[in-house]
Amino acid sequence: MHVELPASFEAFSEARRNGFLKAKAVKEHGGRIAGTFCTFTPNEVFDAAGIHTVSLCGTSEETIPAAESDLPKNLCPLIKSSYGFALTDKCPYTYFSDLIVGETTCDGKKKMYELLGRLKRVYVMQLPQNADHPQALALWTEEIRALIQRLRSEFGAAVSDEDLRQACKHRNRQRRARVALMELQKQTPPPAFFKDLYKVLDSLNFSFDQESSTQAVEAMTQKLQREYDEGARPVSAAHKRILITGCPITGVLEKTVGTIESNGGVVVCMENCGGIKPARHMVDPQAEDIVQAIAERYLEIGCAVMSPNRRRMEMIRQLVEEFQPEGIVDVILQACHPYSVERFEMRALAKEMGIPYLPVETDFSSADAGQLTTRLSAFIEML
Amino acid sequence: MRSVGIDIGSSGTKYVVMEDQALLYHRTIPTGFSSVKAAQQAKEDMEARGYDMALLPCISTGYGRGSVPYAAKTLTEITCHGRGAAYLMQKETFSVIDIGGQDTKVIRMEGGSVKEFTMNDKCAAGTGRFLEVMASAMELEPEALCRIAKRGGNVHISSMCTTFAESEVISLIGQGVSRQDIACGIVESIVNKVASQCGMVESGGSYYLTGGLCECPYIAEMLSRALGAQVETGPMARYAGAVGAALYAREL
Repeated sequence: MHVELPASFEAFSEARRNGFLKAKAVKEHGGRIAGTFCTFTPNEVFDAAGIHTVSLCGTSEETIPAAESDLPKNLCPLIKSSYGFALTDKCPYTYFSDLIVGETTCDGKKKMYELLGRLKRVYVMQLPQNADHPQALALWTEEIRALIQRLRSEFGAAVSDEDLRQACKHRNRQRRARVALMELQKQTPPPAFFKDLYKVLDSLNFSFDQESSTQAVEAMTQKLQREYDEGARPVSAAHKRILITGCPITGVLEKTVGTIESNGGVVVCMENCGGIKPARHMVDPQAEDIVQAIAERYLEIGCAVMSPNRRRMEMIRQLVEEFQPEGIVDVILQACHPYSVERFEMRALAKEMGIPYLPVETDFSSADAGQLTTRLSAFIEML
Repeated sequence: MRSVGIDIGSSGTKYVVMEDQALLYHRTIPTGFSSVKAAQQAKEDMEARGYDMALLPCISTGYGRGSVPYAAKTLTEITCHGRGAAYLMQKETFSVIDIGGQDTKVIRMEGGSVKEFTMNDKCAAGTGRFLEVMASAMELEPEALCRIAKRGGNVHISSMCTTFAESEVISLIGQGVSRQDIACGIVESIVNKVASQCGMVESGGSYYLTGGLCECPYIAEMLSRALGAQVETGPMARYAGAVGAALYAREL
């Protein structure tokens, strides 16, 4: 199969060129790629159909100026960045995606998908907005069945129940591997800085060999624990234990987690999408209706697009008990209405639990790096 | 025991020498373009006054806190303003309003330590910079603007953005509105913004206004009215950060 690189390929950095070459090789070997944006995307369906999934969430400000020619300035940086990468052909995975799958999550994303549909082949799933609504599970189950149909009609990919059960088993194992790595941080002091763990977790979102990537995470967990048991203490007990919650964080990782961890803190738990929130719920691979079982699992994700969103608060309560944080930092991306409104409830919950709480609003630029450092350092000093 | 605290703000560099509970020396110099130079200048000044900087423990704070090679440690201005204000006010439970050159902070103090705080987001509204820009549009010093504001009224500045507010002020000048009325509108704008920020942290008890506007009693008066609580301040309030740093330096 002949696959073309984008016109500006030669101008890219080496890392980006490698990403393009990796994705190109997948395509040349007949592989298909589905680009995804969100933890609500049922990966099992793509696995079962033999289609690679890769995360397209934009995480850098590089493409935001380009995106702002079509999108308003006062919009979530993740949404603008993602759209900008599609517009400028700078993301290998967006460029090589055979299909981009989105869900009706937040308003910004929904409306961005409409515009993205002009540039790329986009398929949007209707995600219910209240997971506890009596019709929610039926709707989401039907949406997953419709996705299976779409993959069949578009790519001739036949998905059997048995394929789905196998995919669920592997994804369960991968989720357990993620959780086990993050749960190392329950120890006092924790065995690692979260910034380093995050890189390992995030690499799973860009892997074309899920099986070996999962094994790599499992091996990393064992290695860290072994070294810790042998006495390695890369994080001192003086570091203040922080729980992070809020928006997807990859694009501001250095500014938030990095800043906390270089100013006397250590992130012991990350509740956000890239962290524990989407990883704790499993699918029963023996369930009678496997599609419905998958649907049920995804509706357990406590994202602020749900209204109401009791699952997030319940999970935070649980995580506080397990990870014993000394402070909670709520990271809100600029113009994210769902998470910025939930700040009210988070603040009340933190107060009730007697844990200091700091909400910070930021974007992908470095303009507020100094202020953010002061804010986060002062918070750690106060603990 | 003697110690030194230095607070390098975006606009002024404040430093103090303390001996136990007593303030021996304090001074403010402009930070200027380079916080490294301001730190050096402060050191030379203290040495000229006979303080041996090689022996005295020192903590630096403020946005230029990383530019002080002779400081043993840095702490954020939030921690230091809280401690310094508690010392200056002789209280343990109260709130600090620090209107700084580039940001405004509200710090809730309970039992002598920081309980909670807020900082304005990437925006100059409600900060010292806002007042400086408006004062310069009216060809006044910030202190003078606050003074004449007391005699004005009936003008409302609606723009929160400093750039737009400046054009609003210029157009008011063009319309022949009196300076004191415009000044009053400017002060009201800052006070309203700061008061709404105060609403974001727990309240109760009195407030202490620190930062460069501590010598504008009218700001404290208006804040007091907006908050329905007592707002104290004084000429030493601009040193709250440096005093807090010096008090922490004693514990090094």
